[in-house]
Amino acid sequence: MTDPSTMHAADIAGSVRDGVISARAVTEAVLARIARVDVSVNAFTDVLPERALTRADAVDAARARGEALGPLAGVPFAVKNLIDIAGLPTRAGSKINRDLAPAERDGALVRRLEAAGAILVGGLNMGEYAYDFTGENVHDGATRNPHDLGHMSGGSSGGSGGAIGAGLVPLALGSDTNGSIRVPSAFCGCFGLKPTYGRLTRAGSFPFVGSLDHLGPMARSVTDLALSYDAMQGPDPDDPVATTRAPDPAMPSLDAGIGDLRIAVAGGYFARGGDDEAFMAVETLAASLGAKRRVEIPEAARARAAAYLITAAEGAALHLDRLRTRAADFDPAVRDRLIAGAMIPAPFVERAQRFRRWYRAAMLDLFREVDIILAPSTPCRAPRSGQVTFELDGVTLPVRANIGVFTQPISFIGLPVVAVPVRLDDGLPLGVQVIAAPWREDLALRVARHLERDGVVCAPHAIL
Amino acid sequence: MAEMPKTEPASGGLDAYIDAASALLGIPLDPAWVAAVGANLTVLHSAAGLVAGFPLPDEAEPAPVFAA
Repeated sequence: MTDPSTMHAADIAGSVRDGVISARAVTEAVLARIARVDVSVNAFTDVLPERALTRADAVDAARARGEALGPLAGVPFAVKNLIDIAGLPTRAGSKINRDLAPAERDGALVRRLEAAGAILVGGLNMGEYAYDFTGENVHDGATRNPHDLGHMSGGSSGGSGGAIGAGLVPLALGSDTNGSIRVPSAFCGCFGLKPTYGRLTRAGSFPFVGSLDHLGPMARSVTDLALSYDAMQGPDPDDPVATTRAPDPAMPSLDAGIGDLRIAVAGGYFARGGDDEAFMAVETLAASLGAKRRVEIPEAARARAAAYLITAAEGAALHLDRLRTRAADFDPAVRDRLIAGAMIPAPFVERAQRFRRWYRAAMLDLFREVDIILAPSTPCRAPRSGQVTFELDGVTLPVRANIGVFTQPISFIGLPVVAVPVRLDDGLPLGVQVIAAPWREDLALRVARHLERDGVVCAPHAIL
Repeated sequence: MAEMPKTEPASGGLDAYIDAASALLGIPLDPAWVAAVGANLTVLHSAAGLVAGFPLPDEAEPAPVFAA
C-alpha cells in the first residue's frame, strides 16, 4: 500500500476504519518522516511523539471494541504554534511568549479535530506574532520551501505550508489575518481554506488582529479541507465573534460540480502589479471553468491600505505592554512595524474602519451578480530566502510588505476563500484564490474540488 | 501598481513626532530603531492618505468588528 506517512487524510481515515492499517502504524510512519525530513524544512517547533502514540492507541482500542470511529480517525495533524497545545507555552513564533505558563488545555479546534479521531503530532513554526508573509523567524529559523529549499515558505503560517508541502502531515491548521494561510498555500503548493470571518472558533489561540483573525485548515486535497472544516464548525461561547449559525457541512455537496455557478475573474487591481505567470495561473483556471466574465472589485487598493492601517494599529495595541518592557526581545522587523503602529493617529484608523463598512456593502452588491471570483493569491512565486526586494511590473518593491497585495483586500471583510495550488511548469507552484460570498465556503470548496477532479490543480508533496 | 503611493508626513517633523509619541506611549526607543520606525510610519501615513481620499458620508459608521 501507499506509504502511510504521505497519504491524504480521507484515505488514512478510511484505511483505519476498515482495519487496513492501524492508527499507531500511521502515526509511527509520520513521526519517522518528520524526524528524517524536517531537518531540511524546519516546519516543526514541537513534535509530540508520546502524546500522539497514546492517542493513536486509543483510536485503535476504540476500533477493537467495535466503536464507530470519527471522520478523521487516525489522521495525524499539526498546528501553527499560536494555537494552544496543553502543556506547552503558546509561543506564537515569539521569544517573549516562551515565558508564558504552559497552556492548560488544547485550543478549541484541536479539541474538535481530536474528537473526530485526528491525532495531534506537533506545533508548527510561524512568523513572529503572525505579522509576516515570508515564513522567516529570527528565533526558530525560517521554514524552507519544500519544493526548493532555497526559497521562502511564505507566512505567517510557514510551518503549516512547509509541513503540508513536504508531506510531513496530511492536515495542518494555520491562521490568516491578511493572507497567512493563502500565501504559504501558494508558495508551498497546498490547498488552504480561510473561512468566513467568525465561522471557525479561535478560542485557545494567540490573537494578532481581533477584527481580522481567522483560523483554517491546509491540506493536499480539497476533500481533506472539507472533512476537517466540517469537523471544526460549530458555535463557541469562548470566541466572541464565533458565529451562532448552525454548522453548514461542505462534504455533502463537495462533488456537486460547478453547475450554473456564476464564476468571474477579478480584473483591475487584481490583474496588474504581479508577474505574468501569477495572472496566467488565474486564466488557466478560468478557462477550465469556462469563466469569461470579468468583475472589478471596487477600491481594492484602498481596502488593502485600510487593512494595513487597522492591522498595524490593532496589533500594536495588543503588544503595547510588551513593547514597553521587552522591545529588544521582538524580531526587529516586527518590533519596528508595531512601534510605528502604536503611533498612528486615531482618526486614521477610524477612517479605515468607516471605509471598511462601505467596502463590505460594495462587495456584497458584487456578490449579487456572481457566485465566485478568481484572483491570484500572490503576485509571484516564492522569493528566495532572505530576499528583501522584488521587481513587479518593472517596479522594485520591498518583499515583506507586498507579498499580500492580493490577499489583504479579501480578508479585510472576512470573505471565505479556498486557495488552490497551480503548477504551470516544473518550477515552484503558484496559487489562486477561489473567493465566495460570506458563509458560502461550500461553493468555493465545490469549485476547488471540480478543478482538482479535472487535474487543473493538485498538491503533490515534495520529494525529500 | 500595487504599491501604496509614498507621501511624506506633511509636517516633515517625523523624528520629532516619533520622539514625542514614544515618550507619550512609554515605549523606550533605541536610537538605532528610529529610522525603521520612521520608514514604517511613512508607509502608514501614505495608506492613511489613500483611505482618506475616498469620500464617505458623515453617517458612515465604522466596522471595527463586523458581522460578515
